[in-house]
Amino acid sequence: MLEIKNLHVKLEDEDKQILKGLNLTVETGKVHAIMGPNGSGKSTLSYVLSGRDGYEVTEGSATMDGFDLLEAETEERAAEGLFLAFQYPVEIPGVSNMTFLRTALNAQRKARGEEEMSATDFLKMVREKAKTLKIDGDMLKRPVNMGFSGGEKKRNEILQMAVLEPKMCILDETDSGLDVDAMKLVSDGVNALRSEGRSFLVITHYQRLLDHIVPDVVHIMANGRIIKTGGPELALEVEKNGYADLLAENA
Amino acid sequence: MAIKRAQLKQQKQDALAARQPALSMPEGGEWITAARKDAAGRLDAMGLPIRRDEYWKYTRPDAFTSAEPVAAALAEDAGTQVFEGVDVLTVVFRDGAFDADASDALALDGVEISRLADAAQADIHWAKDIYGALETAGQDPVERPLAALNTAYATDGLVIRATGAAAKPIHVVYERSSDTSDVVLHHVIKVEEGASVTLLETGAAGARANTVTEVTVADTAAFHHVRSQGRDQERQLLTHMFARLGSESTFKSFTLTPNGKMTRNECILELTGDDAIAHVAGALMADGKDVHQDDTIFITHDAVNCESRQVFKKVLSNGATGVFQGKILVKQGAQKTDGYQISQSLLLDEDSQFLAKPELEIYADDVACSHGSTSGAIDEDALYYLRARGVPKRKAQDLMVLAFLAEAVDEIESEELREAILRRIRAWLDLEDDL
Repeated sequence: MLEIKNLHVKLEDEDKQILKGLNLTVETGKVHAIMGPNGSGKSTLSYVLSGRDGYEVTEGSATMDGFDLLEAETEERAAEGLFLAFQYPVEIPGVSNMTFLRTALNAQRKARGEEEMSATDFLKMVREKAKTLKIDGDMLKRPVNMGFSGGEKKRNEILQMAVLEPKMCILDETDSGLDVDAMKLVSDGVNALRSEGRSFLVITHYQRLLDHIVPDVVHIMANGRIIKTGGPELALEVEKNGYADLLAENA
Repeated sequence: MAIKRAQLKQQKQDALAARQPALSMPEGGEWITAARKDAAGRLDAMGLPIRRDEYWKYTRPDAFTSAEPVAAALAEDAGTQVFEGVDVLTVVFRDGAFDADASDALALDGVEISRLADAAQADIHWAKDIYGALETAGQDPVERPLAALNTAYATDGLVIRATGAAAKPIHVVYERSSDTSDVVLHHVIKVEEGASVTLLETGAAGARANTVTEVTVADTAAFHHVRSQGRDQERQLLTHMFARLGSESTFKSFTLTPNGKMTRNECILELTGDDAIAHVAGALMADGKDVHQDDTIFITHDAVNCESRQVFKKVLSNGATGVFQGKILVKQGAQKTDGYQISQSLLLDEDSQFLAKPELEIYADDVACSHGSTSGAIDEDALYYLRARGVPKRKAQDLMVLAFLAEAVDEIESEELREAILRRIRAWLDLEDDL
């Protein structure tokens, strides 16, 4: 599904290399997790894959089922099935959540040459999916993320994922700012979306999210590279011993 | 200094001398002839505005003072369909001339309504106390000669007296079929104690138009005004809205300016009764280097415990210019005044500009007045967020433009009218209807 080869990325405005030859393959239907200390380049990876301004790819490639992600516009990547759940979902005053979701869904459908969804079908679909994430009618009507609590914002991200049905989902520290109950709700939402045709890349600092969203593969990232890959047990090892041992091993 | 002032005065007189030959005072009954002659006298004393007038610092008055209007090509989308589907009493003026065939019968429960041209034939009329009177009061402390010109030379308009709750809004539709029409219209509205009426206006009254509306809102009465000005690219509009508010009365006016070459909207409000509420709001969509729009507001608080609120949002692109001059004057004794003013622009490129001059002048010591003015570009984080969900850049930008303007549109009290305006903005931005 996702194939990243020798990816080198620097900041556009300053001479600072962040990703230094990252290699990663996420197979279709699998859940991979990336863990790593602060400043290892985890969030940069998610931004570069989704096309945020401010980064420059100096070397390497990233493809999704053969589709060249790095050459495409942000919205084209989304229409192709890439989804990034933001660490800090953005507030958009004046645009209702419902309008936002519908505009996004229909824009993606249009880009793929599909029919737009009717208002009735859309409302029915969104309400059903919102219910399982405990998102009420009021939250759907309110402007995007405005006045939402940390947990509500993250649930809203998962709702967007459920509505847009992407094939490659990147979750950027979705657990940050969540209490235990909210973490459970969000994880259940993600788990409900796990399927044979859909892959996940879960970026997190802590092992606890991976108790709920159990990964197939765990990668440890440091200094702009994957330094170790293993099974779920690798996450437990980090939880127990911290990153210090792994970093020393790799030094 | 004295020489300079004499020079300015001469220039203003020259401007008037250039404009006057194209004007002729209509025939009419005693009351209106007197009012017109008074206005002509005021105009003679003032002359016409010139570029060096402080009040016209950001907007060139030439478009309104030249002898002949600059021709304005007709456009397919003049924007007169804004209130489609709303139950209204329709009155149509085409290039300034009343269009009886296109208008409804001038009859409405709760309201007396007639044409100014008809009311002007009587020797005496209730409108006498208002016609030109509010305009005269509005000449101090800032001269508004083009409003006096209107009082002297207006050919028609509506005369409306609300005695109860008007059964439905009165919708004045300005159509034009001429690319050189030069129109002067004057409306008089009297909202009696406890009565209420809503005035809607759409379109451009002429290739060039000068319209004045004078409104008195009596104690506990309410006046609502929602308009969408001509979208036709080349038209030039000057509007003056003068209103005087009694105790516990409500005045709410909203204007959408969806382009047009030159627009200046002046709104002059006097709060003379305690506990009155005055809201003025505007939304501008200006696209193109020839587009210039100006909102000039002057609100005088002369009573206790009144609230005034100004909310103006301007979206400017491709070299357009937006102007906001807003003043709140709180007179001595106007205690417990709550005055609020915000003007904001969204600049979609570096060629566009927003010029703002907020002013507060306060002579009472127990008031709460605040004002703010901002200029900004599209929020890049929000743009990225929308694009990351698959919304193309252009559409994402349009969505944010709508959201920005909606804060001014929200000032419209009636949900039906608010939705009508939003629906039209969405259509012009090519966005889907809201759910």
